[in-house]
Order: sequence, then C-alpha cells, then structure tokens
Amino acid sequence: MKKFAWLLTLVLALSMILSACGAATPTPAAPAAKFRVAVIMPSAINDLAFSQSMYDALLRVQEEMGGSDAFEFVYSDGMFNVDDAAAAIRDYAAQGFDLVIAHGSQYGSSLQEIAPDFPETSFAWGTTAETFGVPNIFAYEAASQEGGYVNGVLAATLSTSKVIGVVGPIEVGDAKLYVDGFKAGVAATDPDVQVNVNYIGSFSDVALASEAATTHISAGADVLTGTAQMVVGAIGKAEEAKALWFGTQSNQSSLAPSIVVSSQVYHWEVALNEIISLIKSGTLGGQSFKANLANGGEVVEFNADYALPADAKALAESTVQGIIDGSIKITLP
Amino acid sequence: MISELLSATVLIGILASGIRLATPYLYAAIGETFGQRSGVLNLGVEGQMLLGAFAAFYVAFTTGNLWLGVLTAMIVGAVMGLAMAYVTVNLNAEQGISGIGFFLFGLGMSDLLFQKMLGTVETVKGFPKMYIAGLSDIPGIGEIFFGQNLLVYGAYLLVPVAWFVLNKTTLGLKIRSVGENPDAADSLGVSVARIRYFTIILGGTLSGIAGASLSIALLNVFQQNMTSGLGFIAVALVYFGAWRPVGVLGGALLFSMINSLQLWIQVLGIPVPSDIAVMMPYVLTILVLVATVSRVRAPSALTKPFEREN
Repeated sequence: MKKFAWLLTLVLALSMILSACGAATPTPAAPAAKFRVAVIMPSAINDLAFSQSMYDALLRVQEEMGGSDAFEFVYSDGMFNVDDAAAAIRDYAAQGFDLVIAHGSQYGSSLQEIAPDFPETSFAWGTTAETFGVPNIFAYEAASQEGGYVNGVLAATLSTSKVIGVVGPIEVGDAKLYVDGFKAGVAATDPDVQVNVNYIGSFSDVALASEAATTHISAGADVLTGTAQMVVGAIGKAEEAKALWFGTQSNQSSLAPSIVVSSQVYHWEVALNEIISLIKSGTLGGQSFKANLANGGEVVEFNADYALPADAKALAESTVQGIIDGSIKITLP
Repeated sequence: MISELLSATVLIGILASGIRLATPYLYAAIGETFGQRSGVLNLGVEGQMLLGAFAAFYVAFTTGNLWLGVLTAMIVGAVMGLAMAYVTVNLNAEQGISGIGFFLFGLGMSDLLFQKMLGTVETVKGFPKMYIAGLSDIPGIGEIFFGQNLLVYGAYLLVPVAWFVLNKTTLGLKIRSVGENPDAADSLGVSVARIRYFTIILGGTLSGIAGASLSIALLNVFQQNMTSGLGFIAVALVYFGAWRPVGVLGGALLFSMINSLQLWIQVLGIPVPSDIAVMMPYVLTILVLVATVSRVRAPSALTKPFEREN
C-alpha cells in the first residue's frame, strides 16, 4: 500500500512537471496580422531609467496599434549578464518573433553573431548607430546631448551657488553624451558655473551613487543631475539637501516631486514605429535611427509639482526650439 | 587642486562618507567572520543582503515602521541562513557552489518580489541622522562620528561585541575549535552541527541587517540588484581582515575611505581618468593584502564538511 502511495505521488509529480513544460512551449505561430516583438533589457522594466524608457515605449506602440491583438510583446529584463542575454536573444529568434530588440550596447557582439543565423527575423539594438552591415539588424540611439543641453541651460539658470554636480555611471555611450551635452548647456548659459562630474564606474551601485551625490553637495552643489539606473540613490540625497535634480532616460519626478525640475524622456516609439513599418514592407534591417528633440524621440518633460519660474520655462522651451531649428549648435568635446 | 584635498570640508567629507559606505560591509563581513571561523564559507551573503534589503524596504514602506523592517530583514536573513546551514551541514554540500546558488536565489527572488509587490522605484523615510548630545557639536569630529544614523552606529558597536564573543566566551572558543579541528571539538562533546547552524544563521541575520542598512537607513530606496557586489566584497574583507573582527573593520574602512577619496578626486576635477579613479579602492586593497598576506592563516576546517569518523 505504501509503495502504491509512493508511485501515485511520483506519477502525480511527474504529470505536474510535464504539464508545466507543456505550458512553457512556444505558442504556435500567430496569425500574420499580429506583430510580435521580444525585447531583452539590462535592468528592470521599472528602473525609472534606461530599461523603463523602452518598456514604456513598447506600451505606447501597443496602444497605438490597437492593443495586444495587433501587437504583442514579451520581455526579459534584468539581463545584465551578456551570456544569458545572448541565449535569450537566440531563444526568441528561434520562436519566430517578428522583431527581437537587444536594448543595450553591451549586446552588440552577441547580436552580430546570432542575427545571420536567423535571416527571416529582424533584430534591433541600441544605443548605437552600428548595424555591422548585417541586412537584418536595425540600430537606434538617442541624441541624449540635446536634452542634456536643455537640462544644462535650466540648471545654470537655477543654480545660486554656481556649483553643479553630475553623477554618471561609466564614461561611455549614452551617459557620456548626456553629460557632455549638459556641460555644454551650462557653459553656454553661464560660464562662471562650475560643473563637477563624477563617474562611479557602475550602473548598479546605488550606495556609491548616493555617496557621490553627498560629495557633490559637500562641495557646494545646489543642483544635481545624473544618468543610468543607479541614480535613484543620488536623487534621495539631493532631496534631503533640498538640491534640485534634473533627470534623463525616464521621467524621474515621482521619486522626489519637490526637487525634480525636468527630465529628458526617451520616446523610442518614434524609432520603433519606423522599424515596424519597414519590417512590414519587407525590409529587415540595415538602417539606423536617431531619437532627438526634432523627431519627438526625445521630450523634455517638466515636473508639474515643481514651481518653475515662467521665464526659466520659456528659456528652456526656446532652447528646445533652437536645437530643433538648428540655431543652437551643441559642440561636444 | 591637490591641495584642495587637504581642506577641512574635503577631509570631513571623505571620513564621513567612508564611515557610511563601510556600514553594510561591517554587518555582512562580521556575520561571515562567525561562519568562516566555524569552518563554513557562505558565498550567499549578497543574496541574503538583497532579500533583507527588499524585506526591510517593503515592510517599512507599507507599515511605516522602520524597526519592523529591520526585524523582517533579520528573519529573512536567518531563514536564508537556516537553509544554507541545512545544505552545508546536513547534506555536506560543496560550500562555494551552494553559496553561489543562494546568491542567485536571493538576486532573482528580490527582483521578482520588487516587480510584483512594488512595481516601481519608491522611497521611504528611513532612519534619520541621530545626533548625540554634546559629542555631535565637536567641530569636524562631531559631524564625522556622531552625525550618522542608528544602523551606522550599530555596525561599529558590533565590532567589539563580535571580538568579545569570539575571543572571550565559551561560545567563541567552541566556534573557533569547530573551525580549526572539528574532530577534536566533537570528541570533547561540542556539537559541530549545532555550532555551525548557529554561526550560519547568525551570519544570515547580520546580512539581512546589512541589506536593511542600505534600503531603509543609507539610501531609502530599493532598486533591483542594488547591492551590486557589496556582499562579495564583504566575503573578501573577511580574508583581508584575517578572520578577526578588528581586521575586518580595518579592511572595510580602508576600502570605503579610498572609495570616498576617489569620489572627491573626481569632484575636485583632479585630472585622473574616471576609470583609474574607480579602480583605486580595489587596487590599494589588493596591495595591502599582498603586503600582509604572510601572517594570514585561514581556519583549518574552512570549506570542509564535517563527518564523524566511526
């Protein structure tokens, strides 16, 4: 009897495992009308920064295209390990998604290797302009220096101590563009304002980002900015010290409504819409897209809870306009 | 510009930052010291910290009670420790590998809970700075040592307590004997399993507090993977500190002070490339380790599962 009970348990357990496996197998190819996208992101979809900018954009695309019946997307977030990300990219490609997005410049070499194995699938990666000349890879990037410049202009206007602190992750790519644009904006507005820049060498070390902000404040900064997902630690310190904060990548107003002035927000849907329509017309890659203020891929969003003086807001808006019409040229080092 | 480094603002800034940065390392590394002195290497510290950080944050966020947050983090850490103890003591599993397993579990689980239960990055009002009457007013020193929050003070108080327990109590003697020569300890009636259970659960509890010190005292946010390798550095600090609480304190302070020094170097615009600056704490810590390595000897039974010979 005991033996039978054991057997029964075993069979039950096995059947449960097997049914679980069954649920996990890919759904059969969807009808052609439904556009299917898979995206791999380095941090969490709710990081209030880089990954969230893509997640929010996909939600907007889905809404524009008429909901999940017309546009379906799945994601793997927290893929800071590039090897795992590469495996996920390959899996998604094998499952027949129309578009696989590798949202992170660190995934480039993996994509370069994988894409040729799936000539029917379109891939996109960012942030970069490099498609490696592979016919089924799209590239996208943000002109983050533009929003950085606008933030910089406002920061220089609002700083009374004339010292501004910047908390960056690693001195490359999107972060460097933003910081350099920010510095250019400050310098163009008030050359006497000093910008102290601190790259902490990590995208995830919230504790060090927080200490970096404290250091800036001790050095006299009354306005701070920073880029990447670890800045949530820095925003908290800015709030404690009542220093102003300028955000980028996603709208960071919710974290500290009393001190966030404006955020440069990426609207990747501008690039995504173009990529999707190209795929639908049979072009699977080979082009690169740039999100900027002119095409609406970047938007400077003001925090409604922060009482920004009208003349400062007008200055910011005219700066945006100047960058769009080309009357303001941003020179990067 | 170099001379600016010696100004009072900068020196106070470096010391005060360094003391804060060292706090999570101290809790985690002192806990790990107990485990390693009894012969168990726990590489799961990082995972325990992450789950502790999330638990403390979530409870503080929903109830507004910080102490309840700390308590929950301790319980979560202790349960993780209990599981680690079962795997390494009862099942005699390879300690390094199972530790990595617990780390990955904590990393994934804390992220999952964060996504499902919070949904976005939120903030809490964490432990405020606590000024100690009289002492906080001393110029310079007051701000550095007596203008911190309660969990920071706790971390530094833990060092003499740990030293006392390890060196001056019967329990400490048992822990050390189990880590040096479990067979001898066993023959004298010391339960190797019970001691190891105790130290691993204690380590987990302290790692939980280490996480709480980040999420509800120093940073007051929870972000996915927010410990970002702190737990592994804590394990390294145990080796650096030669398995002694005071050595661990020295290592944690050295590493943290150099880290805050490099922050200031960049802020002051001293022309050192940022990549070199962020390397400084690691390089200098390795150099000190190399210079002092000869006197270091690990507990003899470290990483060795104990099986009674019949």
